[in-house]
Amino acid sequence: MPVFNLNINNKVYKITAEADMPLVWAIRDLANLKGTKFGCGMAQCGACTVHLDGQPIRSCQMPLSAISKKAKITTIEGIAEPTLHAVQKAWIEEQVPQCGYCQSGQIMSAVALLKTNKNPNDEEILAAMEGNLCRCGTYQRINTAIKNASKML
Amino acid sequence: MKNNRREFIKTLGLTGIGLSIGIDGFSNNIGLKKLTPATLALEINPFIIIENTGKITLVNSRPDMGQGSTQAVPSLLAEELEVSLDQVSIIQSDGRSKYGSQQSGGSSSVRGLWMPLRQAGAAAKEMLIKAAAEKWGVNAGDCYAEAGKVLLKGSQKSVTYGEVADLASTYEVPKNPKLKDPKDFKILGKYNPRLDVPDRVTGKAIYGIDAEIPGMVFAKVVHSPRIHDTIASIDDAATRKVTGVLDVIKIERAMPHTKVDAVAVIAQNQWAALKGAKALTVNWKSESGKYLNQNSSEYFEAAYNAAKKSGIRAEEKGDFDANFESASQKLEAVYETPFLAHAAIESENATVHVKDDGSVEVWAPIQGPDGALSQVAQYLGVPEEKVKINVTLLGGSFGRKAYMDFLNEACDISRKIKKPVKVLWTKEDDIAQGPYRPAMLSRMQGVIENGRAKAFHHQAIGESIAGQVFNGLRPNTADDWLSGELSQENHQYNFEVNKVSYSRVKTSIPVVWWRSVYASNFGWGQECFIDEMAHEAKKDPLEFRLNLLKNAPRFTKVLNLLAEKADYKTPLPAGKAKGIAVFRSFDSISAACVFVSKTDTGIKIDKVVSVIDCGMFVNPDNVKAQTEGNIIMGIQAATKGGITFENNQCVQSNYHDYQVLRNSETPKMEIHIVENYERPGGVGEPGLPPIAPALGNAIFNLTGKRERKLPLEV
Repeated sequence: MPVFNLNINNKVYKITAEADMPLVWAIRDLANLKGTKFGCGMAQCGACTVHLDGQPIRSCQMPLSAISKKAKITTIEGIAEPTLHAVQKAWIEEQVPQCGYCQSGQIMSAVALLKTNKNPNDEEILAAMEGNLCRCGTYQRINTAIKNASKML
Repeated sequence: MKNNRREFIKTLGLTGIGLSIGIDGFSNNIGLKKLTPATLALEINPFIIIENTGKITLVNSRPDMGQGSTQAVPSLLAEELEVSLDQVSIIQSDGRSKYGSQQSGGSSSVRGLWMPLRQAGAAAKEMLIKAAAEKWGVNAGDCYAEAGKVLLKGSQKSVTYGEVADLASTYEVPKNPKLKDPKDFKILGKYNPRLDVPDRVTGKAIYGIDAEIPGMVFAKVVHSPRIHDTIASIDDAATRKVTGVLDVIKIERAMPHTKVDAVAVIAQNQWAALKGAKALTVNWKSESGKYLNQNSSEYFEAAYNAAKKSGIRAEEKGDFDANFESASQKLEAVYETPFLAHAAIESENATVHVKDDGSVEVWAPIQGPDGALSQVAQYLGVPEEKVKINVTLLGGSFGRKAYMDFLNEACDISRKIKKPVKVLWTKEDDIAQGPYRPAMLSRMQGVIENGRAKAFHHQAIGESIAGQVFNGLRPNTADDWLSGELSQENHQYNFEVNKVSYSRVKTSIPVVWWRSVYASNFGWGQECFIDEMAHEAKKDPLEFRLNLLKNAPRFTKVLNLLAEKADYKTPLPAGKAKGIAVFRSFDSISAACVFVSKTDTGIKIDKVVSVIDCGMFVNPDNVKAQTEGNIIMGIQAATKGGITFENNQCVQSNYHDYQVLRNSETPKMEIHIVENYERPGGVGEPGLPPIAPALGNAIFNLTGKRERKLPLEV
């Protein structure tokens, strides 16, 4: 079986897996980082969102074979700086999560947005967050929290 | 009693011996009875564990699926015990009967536990105060409790609860401890951040899908597309070639009312199981004899036929039919709601280890550990003492994870392969296998006399959850769970003549409760029809309702607050409109005003103002959060396509064709809570039922066209 040296959160994990295994399963079951969630398995819900070289991707659609050797993967466990990311702080302040299952993905999308756009307007927030479903319906708080986080950055 | 306490401490693996306490006689709550098969406990229920090391542990007996029970339930204990939640550890109950009913459902946690858990907290506090007084040789009346300590009035003397826990545990539990006056509450009714939130934003929170057991294997269950079919043959050659696949076995999907065939692909990791399942060919033998109205068209045809005939009378004041016959001003309409999937982002899953010694351990996101305990014991034929239930957090549920067919699947696999196994359904299983919120019709009839609604009839038509899931509905009887929602006692409209009837339409499409249960169906018909009657009577819909609710002060207050906050009386410019609805469910009253506008492409929902009177509550922010969630889910139910069955199988398969609301579809939301000292009502569901009818009424006010069938086009 192929071996992949995955750089996840600045740590190299030696992963032995089939090349077509989607990144989400390598992260969850082989690197044992459970913060990234599996949702729909077809890039419809965004629960599995992680960063690949800073870009938000749906890890359920990314086979290990498509990840370059130098690629840096960041998951929810890797964004704290050093204790909590501003987005996480804003999420707590706004009491965003209900069940919380989608929130790792929501936060990863929000962190990626704020990295490239320090002060997003409403439309830019909606565009960046459109791929992340929340069945509990926390969207209004998510959008408020993103604005609050942008003020902290 | 003391033995029980020590046993409890032992099973928890706690070292220090101290005080653990609960309370007798769990309230026989109406809402709970319907949802849970568990018997109510009569023994002492240990909800509070105080170790002599000082550690305080409170037990949350209601699984948290996002509704906030991790905070709400222990808050009831903490308020009376005089501790703050950041001083204590919180653990989840394990299904044992000493915790009473542990089912999260029916919006029952706070309203059901409000008194018993406050009594448990107060009883413990009295025992701790008595112990401190004895230790100091003073009167208990001179001592008081605060922040986990007992203090002596007028002195610097204090002891922590841990220091007097051993002594306190020797006393009888007081039967009628004094409860605080709600005006003195420090926690209940106040804003407090939920302490479980940080783990939910850092990836540390553990959901069912995250369970990790040494030696565990992974299973993907392949289900029959037509749900009830049997296996003719299996071709697993390709599956067995997939790296990581360990085995392919026949299993069963045991639902509460029926068992059907399934196949499990067992693998070393989840991906291999999924890939192996894709490569599997199962030839399903059509079991057409088991299909009953298993196509949407057949089900609705049967339902619309039923709507032409009388149903079974559930309640009647006056003679409705005679009134309707002779009336000169009357109207009739049929309203339709579709089947709906729960579609939580975390699909159904369970990890089970049937061990060699005959014991069983479960890790699963389930709504009721007590129900799981008895179900697993019964299913596997082992004594309950040999079953250990570990409830994880639930990544959403909305009723689905109280139906534990997926748990039985994991039990069946583990007993067959003799290993711990995690079963994870895919979203396709979740959407296409059911159970679903049943599709329903409301046949509405009304009589207007002198500009006032005189007579009203709601005929509920569709499958009964009690009937199908529990086989608990006798022929020719009305489902009182369902008709209760529609009763005059519930809606409180003061019609001179009022009738509720029910026509059951059976289906083999699996059904179950879905957030707010039948209220999510029947709010649509009831509240749109009230508007129809108002228009027929040439009255404003708000005034029309207030007129009918003169003897219902809480409803009146809710509607008046809604009118004020939504600025109801101010007319909107052309191209904009609003609509209202009110519905009582789970002992709470909720009303909504939905604002819509015409756009180039159709109709847009601009804003929703919602008011809820849920009596006393734990955390106002959580009441708002739940109501926001209810608005979002209510709009989805009203505007997105439902579940349909063709060729005896579900047409939809994932979020692309069973759509839930996305961020950009979120209207502006304003939530207002009526503050009072009424008995607590539910919070997790009551905000939903008024949303669809308020939207339907808004659309009528915008377009002049009355829509009676969901989904609406917006």
